[in-house]
Amino acid sequence: MRKVFALIVSLALLLSISTIAFGDELKVGFIYVGPIGDHGWTYQHHQGLLAVEEEFGDRVETIYVENVAEGPDAERAITRLARQGAGLIFTTSFGFMDPTVKVAERFPDVKFEHATGYKRADNVSIYSARFYEGRYIIGQIAAQMSEAGVAGYIASFPIPEVVRGINAFLLGAQTINPDFKLKVIWVNTWFDPGKEADAAKVLIGQGADIITQHTDSTAPLQIAEEQGVVGFGQASDMHEFAPNAQLTAIIDEWAPYYVERTRAVLDGTWESTDTWDGIAPGMVRMSEYQNMPEEVAAMARETEAMIASGELHPFKGPIYNQDGEMVIGEGEMLDDGTLLGMNWYVQGVDDKLPE
Amino acid sequence: MTGLEAVLLTIITAATPLLLAAIGELVTERSGVLNLGVEGMMIIGAVSGFGAAYTFGSAAAGVAAAIVMGVGVALLFAYFTQTLITNQVATGLALTLFGLGLSGLIGENFTGLPLPDPAKLQRLHIPLLTDIPFIGPVVFGQDALVYASVAITVLVAWTLARTRVGLVIRATGGNHHSAHALGYRVIAVRYACIAFGGACAGLAGGYLSLVYTPQWIENMTAGRGWIALALVVFSTWAPRRVAVGAYLFGTVWIMGLYAQGAGIGIPPQLLSSLPYLATIAALVLISGNRLLTKKNTPACLGLPFVPDR
Amino acid sequence: MKLQFEQRPQPSRVMTVVSPLIAVLLMVIVGAILFAARGIDPWRGLYVYFIEPVASLWSIEELIVKATPLVLIGVGLAVCFRANVWNIGAEGQLTMGAIVGAAIPILAHQWQSPLVLPLMMLLGMAGGIAWASIPALLRNHFGVNEILTSLMLVYVAQLLLDWLVRGPWRDPEGYNFPESIDMTGWAQLPTLGYSRVHLGGAFAVLAVLVLFLFMARTLKGFEIEVSGAAPRASGFGGFSRPRTVWFCLALSGGLAGLAGISEIAGPVGQLQPVISPGYGFTAIIVAFLGRLHPIGVLFAGIVLAISYLGGEGAQISLGLSDKTAQVFQGTLLFFILASDTLTRYRIRVQRDAAGASEVAR
Repeated sequence: MRKVFALIVSLALLLSISTIAFGDELKVGFIYVGPIGDHGWTYQHHQGLLAVEEEFGDRVETIYVENVAEGPDAERAITRLARQGAGLIFTTSFGFMDPTVKVAERFPDVKFEHATGYKRADNVSIYSARFYEGRYIIGQIAAQMSEAGVAGYIASFPIPEVVRGINAFLLGAQTINPDFKLKVIWVNTWFDPGKEADAAKVLIGQGADIITQHTDSTAPLQIAEEQGVVGFGQASDMHEFAPNAQLTAIIDEWAPYYVERTRAVLDGTWESTDTWDGIAPGMVRMSEYQNMPEEVAAMARETEAMIASGELHPFKGPIYNQDGEMVIGEGEMLDDGTLLGMNWYVQGVDDKLPE
Repeated sequence: MTGLEAVLLTIITAATPLLLAAIGELVTERSGVLNLGVEGMMIIGAVSGFGAAYTFGSAAAGVAAAIVMGVGVALLFAYFTQTLITNQVATGLALTLFGLGLSGLIGENFTGLPLPDPAKLQRLHIPLLTDIPFIGPVVFGQDALVYASVAITVLVAWTLARTRVGLVIRATGGNHHSAHALGYRVIAVRYACIAFGGACAGLAGGYLSLVYTPQWIENMTAGRGWIALALVVFSTWAPRRVAVGAYLFGTVWIMGLYAQGAGIGIPPQLLSSLPYLATIAALVLISGNRLLTKKNTPACLGLPFVPDR
Repeated sequence: MKLQFEQRPQPSRVMTVVSPLIAVLLMVIVGAILFAARGIDPWRGLYVYFIEPVASLWSIEELIVKATPLVLIGVGLAVCFRANVWNIGAEGQLTMGAIVGAAIPILAHQWQSPLVLPLMMLLGMAGGIAWASIPALLRNHFGVNEILTSLMLVYVAQLLLDWLVRGPWRDPEGYNFPESIDMTGWAQLPTLGYSRVHLGGAFAVLAVLVLFLFMARTLKGFEIEVSGAAPRASGFGGFSRPRTVWFCLALSGGLAGLAGISEIAGPVGQLQPVISPGYGFTAIIVAFLGRLHPIGVLFAGIVLAISYLGGEGAQISLGLSDKTAQVFQGTLLFFILASDTLTRYRIRVQRDAAGASEVAR
């Protein structure tokens, strides 16, 4: 009997040692919605993970789960990371919002960071990037580069994030050419190279000589390259796939944020925050401006600098909606609340927003 | 380039992989075997096609690898369903699952790489002919696989209808017991037809990773294998109608995009569901015509064959 | 030497039990080789994959949550496949069940009453039945192959859900993001303690027991069996094939619908563009792994859930990508199908074409 007891005690000890042995080391967990090889959204988040490893070396251990479906599996995957001893967990897709909040309730000592959502808690921060700032810049470039005055926009889903991007793009373009036209195709997917390629071909066939996308594959740019028009990269630098067609790319730069938040946990200064950063802190980065005349590149750089300094705001009035009603007057700016829930087009978009 | 020409070219690209995969599956089904693993064979073709083209810097190597690997996994299916006499529906699903996973493993090193120019499949260019406005680029300006897809379709139609080989295939699918009694080697015929289906599916996958969007991306077939399966039924197992169906499918899809680009507001979900609804509708319409279905339907489809000794 | 198969007059009893074990054993061996090839200690790999998921209370709970929809759908499909009715669109029926069942709490969210939950469950089943009736109707009246129609309807149902949560059923306070309001109060399935194990688990076990008795003891069960095994004999026996087709599709559709609404009222908690990681398709594997027997399906569901959880654990502990898990599942299914052959056929090893043969039982 005693032997058995001793055995149990030593086993229990063994188990507890194995969990506290690496007490100094912070485990940082990541939940990805796609494969890390998508060369887009998840790929960029994974670059953030690598940057955290690079920065802190032995002080952190990173773990991740890829291809986590948004649904009942998400809660389990997040719980698993927390149970494995992760002290900081990044959940990198909108669909992980409710599961993150639910798991956070059960693990009050673990810090959570949820991307692109809006539900916060004492141990849940939210973060997102103001990609629309980049879209404003590429809108200006598009209007300068286009001979036809028509751009084709391959859109994924009519959520505020995407609608905001379309509006910012057109507002940017209209500063150069007030009659600039925008054709939109909703492909109803984030990622289907074939579909995206088809949409690009159709848009070019309909007279667009600029292709831009809010989907994740490199296919539209490849089509642009093949058909001799130009376009913009999405999420990561896609220059290699379209050396003559990519004018610039809007890059999601999560690495600095991930490093900073990891440092905060290590230093014990982590607090629940709401971060929505743009070009200024470097969460949105423009890749090299290329395949365009120097004066266009100079203009783009200037706009970029003005946005960074806060001199220029893409959603500054006057802004009119599609019905011609003024949404916001001269000199005023749309507030973040309106931007976050945006579900209307600005004047000039040649499309009806799917309901 | 005129608008209509662009639309036609886009439809051809969209229809070609569907046609390739469907015509292969048609032959498999006409021999009495239902292979639901088209998606799996396609994705294996896509990854090996890209891998070979990238590694050897040659499009021909890519095409060859896509075919060989397509046949390879198809033979796996054949071994299970024909030699081990497993259930065809379940084996096909296993093949799809297996193919999607395996392609991901093989492709880990090829993700995010652009295909170098010599490894891309070039479009045909015949001086003068290709330069004819409109007809030129559509008829004389395609890549080799587009012509191959049409040639294979014609060849399959002719073989099935006019040759002894076709007769044997049809007999095998129609009534394997009588085919066996007549001295045909049912299992061997089915092995061959499954392999042919695999070659075509592999080629269809290769078309995606070499021509359609020249790169390797996980899950890049995105359900096209299932559509190919639907096309075979849609066609009531007639090669001619498979071609019509593939092009019709491509047209419906591209016109949906076209309408959107033209600013006609339709819920994209409705557009996306059109092809599926159209297939169901077509199935009903065609099935209503008993003559049409009776003629080509392989009566032994999906049934296992065990020779009486 | 040549292998030959000879159909057994009756499926071998011994093999029925032994062959799945052979398959799992082969799977373990292949797994060990795979791990070793990737430079992972095979014992550790196998432990993470197959033992860890059942080694703690938490993972057992999660195992039940994961197995619940698989068993619920799989057991319906098992009956369906026995009758040679090929419903491979359970994923769509699950989606329709979720949509129709969730209609009450979404459209009338002020209405709080103990009646809400039972009504949701009933409507969920009705949604699944209705969606499965379409292929049944087309099969019976037009002779259209149900494999294709049920599959096509999966995409239609998913697109309908997509449209609803992005449009009319969007949470008005959700910043236009694509999701419905949360299921709260009476619209939630009761759970076991603080775990995620919900009443759906009980539904699954109940469905297994009922269908087991149904197939073994009732005339209708016999009719289904005969209709699948010997369609012509069943015709002579006065059984109606169209009725069997409809019954089987409705049964499996209803259970898939119930699984769908249980997920919504349980672990998912709201309608989202994607509510199932392919449960309807995986359940087909479950049905076969369980050799189309209700009790077998129960165990098969658990085995498959283990492979999912193990695969997820392997990503974290072993750094294996989720593709490996997919290959694993595919291989497992191949082995199961192959070992299935042993129950139905004797293998004869023929030394030469005319010579004596040995029988391996």
